[in-house]
Amino acid sequence: MVERMPSIFDDHTARTFEREPDVATTQAGKRNGGVEHQGDQFAPYEDPTGGSLFPGERRPRIGLLFDDGPVALEDLDRVGDCSFAVDLNLDQIVASIVRGFDDQELLSALYYQSLHEIDAIHYRQEVFKDLEDGPLFDQIKRFSGLMRQVRARLAQLEKIDCRYQREGSFLSAVAVYCEAVLALVSDLRGSRVNSRALHAFKGFLEAYVASDYFCSLDSDTRECKEGLARIRYCVRIRGGRVDVSRYVGENDYSTEVLEAFSRFAQGAAKDYLVEYRGDPPANHVSVQILEFVARLFAEEFTALNDYSDKHAHFFDETVECFERETQFYLAYLDYIRPLRSAGLQFCYPQITKESKEVFATRTFDLALAKELLSRNVPVVPNGFHLEDPERIFVVSGPNQGGKTTFARTFGQLHHFASLGCPVPGRDARLFLFDQLFTHFEREEDLVRMRGKLEDDLVRVAKVLQSATTDSIVILNEIFSSTTLDDARFLGKKVLEKVAELDLLCVYVTFVDELASFGDSVVSMVSSVDPDDPTERTYEVVRAPADGLAYALAIAGKYGLTYDRLRERLSS
Amino acid sequence: MKPFLLYPDQSFDFDAELPLGHDSLVDDLELTVVFDAMAQRDQFLFEVSKKVLLTTVTDLGVIRYRQEVLADCVAEREIIKEIYAIALGALEDRRTLWTYSSKRPSSILAGALTQLEAAVVRLRELRRIADDHLDKFGSKGLRGLLCNLQDELNDEYFETIDYHLKNLRFRDGIPLSAELGPDNIGTNFVLRRVENAKSSWKGWLHRGKRSSYSFTIPPRDEAGDRALADLTSRGINQVANAAAQSAEHIISYFTSLRAELGFYLSCINLRDELTAKGQLVSFPEPCSWQPATLFTAGLRDVSLALLAKGPVVGNDVDARGKSLLIVTGANSGGKSTFLRSVGLAQLMMQCGMFVTAQTYRASVCDRVFTHFIREEDPSMNHGRLDEELSRMSAIVERITPHCLMLFNESFAATNEREGSEIGRQVVRALLDADIKVLFVTHQFDFAASFLNPRRESTLFLRAQRELDGQRRYQLVVADPLPTSSGKDLYYELGGWMGKDEHPRVPTSLVDSLEADRRSTKC
Repeated sequence: MVERMPSIFDDHTARTFEREPDVATTQAGKRNGGVEHQGDQFAPYEDPTGGSLFPGERRPRIGLLFDDGPVALEDLDRVGDCSFAVDLNLDQIVASIVRGFDDQELLSALYYQSLHEIDAIHYRQEVFKDLEDGPLFDQIKRFSGLMRQVRARLAQLEKIDCRYQREGSFLSAVAVYCEAVLALVSDLRGSRVNSRALHAFKGFLEAYVASDYFCSLDSDTRECKEGLARIRYCVRIRGGRVDVSRYVGENDYSTEVLEAFSRFAQGAAKDYLVEYRGDPPANHVSVQILEFVARLFAEEFTALNDYSDKHAHFFDETVECFERETQFYLAYLDYIRPLRSAGLQFCYPQITKESKEVFATRTFDLALAKELLSRNVPVVPNGFHLEDPERIFVVSGPNQGGKTTFARTFGQLHHFASLGCPVPGRDARLFLFDQLFTHFEREEDLVRMRGKLEDDLVRVAKVLQSATTDSIVILNEIFSSTTLDDARFLGKKVLEKVAELDLLCVYVTFVDELASFGDSVVSMVSSVDPDDPTERTYEVVRAPADGLAYALAIAGKYGLTYDRLRERLSS
Repeated sequence: MKPFLLYPDQSFDFDAELPLGHDSLVDDLELTVVFDAMAQRDQFLFEVSKKVLLTTVTDLGVIRYRQEVLADCVAEREIIKEIYAIALGALEDRRTLWTYSSKRPSSILAGALTQLEAAVVRLRELRRIADDHLDKFGSKGLRGLLCNLQDELNDEYFETIDYHLKNLRFRDGIPLSAELGPDNIGTNFVLRRVENAKSSWKGWLHRGKRSSYSFTIPPRDEAGDRALADLTSRGINQVANAAAQSAEHIISYFTSLRAELGFYLSCINLRDELTAKGQLVSFPEPCSWQPATLFTAGLRDVSLALLAKGPVVGNDVDARGKSLLIVTGANSGGKSTFLRSVGLAQLMMQCGMFVTAQTYRASVCDRVFTHFIREEDPSMNHGRLDEELSRMSAIVERITPHCLMLFNESFAATNEREGSEIGRQVVRALLDADIKVLFVTHQFDFAASFLNPRRESTLFLRAQRELDGQRRYQLVVADPLPTSSGKDLYYELGGWMGKDEHPRVPTSLVDSLEADRRSTKC
């Protein structure tokens, strides 16, 4: 264990570890690998009083994602057959959600892992609500960003040769850590925390910051930092010679020059500052200067040395786990935030296992919305609802009118609801499915006509055999490469089976007749702009599957009727 | 320091984008003819004229401010040209003297110093003009400019500048202060005043504790040299920036001076050309939006006046209290010319220029919009009505209350019933939104719908026809007539002669104008 620790603080490291109570390892056995991995890098802090932070009990196992504790990659199922992810564009969505986050593998796995218990979903919905309900989202995001800084800094320490420099870097890392933890606890105090997960963590954090250990860590850090921050010195450069001395308050000359010419200032001038990325680099010249500065200010640098020895192992493991698991929430909320500010709505769906009377209002396809938004194209929300005995949406109508989007939306909604996430829509009630099956027509398939029909049949058969009454099946333009007669016949067969299973189904088809299959079928129709059939409205509505009547005045199309104009001119 | 020649208290933003849709204004009102006359082949003046003319001013005070400056410029054009030449010279210096290398603060600093030295010479020239000629000007704008030069560029100030220009060459090394960065590596290198450095340096030696350590980069330690150069660069980065920005600020003073003065030079150009053609120009009287005012005598279309070979007949219109003007009557009866002359006079008035009229008194509007019939749709993506309507829709996106909307034979690309109905709905909605509308139309059904009920705020004008079939280019107050004169005109032209029903101004119209002028003389 000693060898695996960063050998930053030389002999002190070994001493500290000899008398460390083995908290991390006793728990590591029960914990997952991910946590242990983090634990390797930063050993848990040691309470210098020798007592435990939570006397007489184990450290609490606080899980933000599951109520039985932190999660690890090994705990999750890996998605084997990803066809539904591709068909529903979940792959795009998930890739986009996790982009820029640290542990993408774990995050992605989490976004594919549907929950099957209503309470487990509620456990996460509660956290989402806490985060959304007020400033907590931004606060935790900030916290997470700071923790990332701390980790990055600590990882660099070993590579630094100059002692004064290394210790300075360590000090900064701890300062950021303390600041982040203190900000977080005050944020949590100031927020209404209703979720079980955050409530438990808040309790832990309160105890942690009140502990003697943390208090001394914090005050030592401040003291040391302030001492160093007070240091000012002078460097005078003449040719190759450098003089380092104490500073005695001369004027800043640049401001004087700017002031002399300030009467000509017109608006903002171009910036002629040469951009120096970050602070001056460490090199033998700057390190040599630092050595002299350390001599000029011996007191401050001795204090820094003592501090570094004392607090070598400051990082708390529970804090670490918490930060990792918040990523799931932060990433999703980050993803939907721009959609929200574009006026699209999200809601916490009511999740049910009993009723199949699902509905959603003003909902939309997440992937499409994201893409449209990037092109500044408005998103058209849609709605759906089923009333017993309705189970099946048969979607027909003009092409390019949003049929596929409707099918995807239905699937995405159920998928994200099953993760405990808020979903697109003003409100929704969704079914807690056991499995989600999709079969979408793909363009590249069209080449092999005969083989394709066979392939379609095999795959649909597989789906219908595996599906249970609690499954959701989404079929999109299958059998479209065959004759109308075939498609009608096969379509009916599919619907018969679906109706028998009594499962929830979306069936996108060009065969109008399937829309009047029976009581379990709702006919949905994609519509186009009646004035200009080339313009798609992307609205999919409950309507009989028949031709469309286009009868609006042409002026209406351009928003030039009196009423529309009054509206437009007053806005 | 700013010239403030176009606004009493702000600079004209020549970098601002022109309002969306300005190109159709340029096309419909044939503004390029005006810009050409203003620019006299100077591309810079062309752009300046275009920017200022298309940036509508609504503040009556600003309009009068510019009118005064313009009057001064016309009176003392030689001095104005001299100032313009100095500004031009300063900009020329900048172009020839230096291009900054943006990589190194030391080279930025050297370049900036050279530029500042050149600029100071030009500033002294400006000061001399102010000293010599201030008393010749009466306008607030020009007096303000010259007084400002005297106040700000006094002798003491020139001394201060000279001092800094010398000091910044750093003969005694570069004194920097620093503090500790995150890894205790020095950061925040700030240049300190040179002259104080020496005495402080001596002071340090007298402290009890050792207070200074030195080292020297060994020869051939290139990395060390680079590191040191890096620290120096960081240290003088701010001052180099300060010097370069100062140089830029002075240059931008000359840039605005040139551009703002350029507008007035352009006005002088246009005035010269118009007066050479015997056209009368006068300063218009801008009025507030309410009460609605449009009162003009002898109003002529500037672009037509520039292209016509002789004097052009003007129109007298009293449309005080009117928010809707409907102009009907004979084809080629001067309807479009009138519409354009109002649009142009309005734009010229609202940028502080003169107009071609004996009298032009009108409410200022926030913007002028035009919707003129187009002969063909270049893109062929739409039918003609589609094209018209989508253009109208785009205008609706941008138009606001207190704008002036000029229609020329709009919504005529379909049958009269449909076209009229669309026109009615559009016009009513615009009027209700407090937008003033001038509508030239040959569609009786449309025009007549505003007869009943007749509103006090509507004025009907008609292009006149004499009984002998001769057209006169003057409008009279008259209700629309049910028969279009297109039929008459058709026969007059002798049947299908391959001529357009709506002749394009100015070419064919200029010819007719000539004929008209001759006939009135008889």
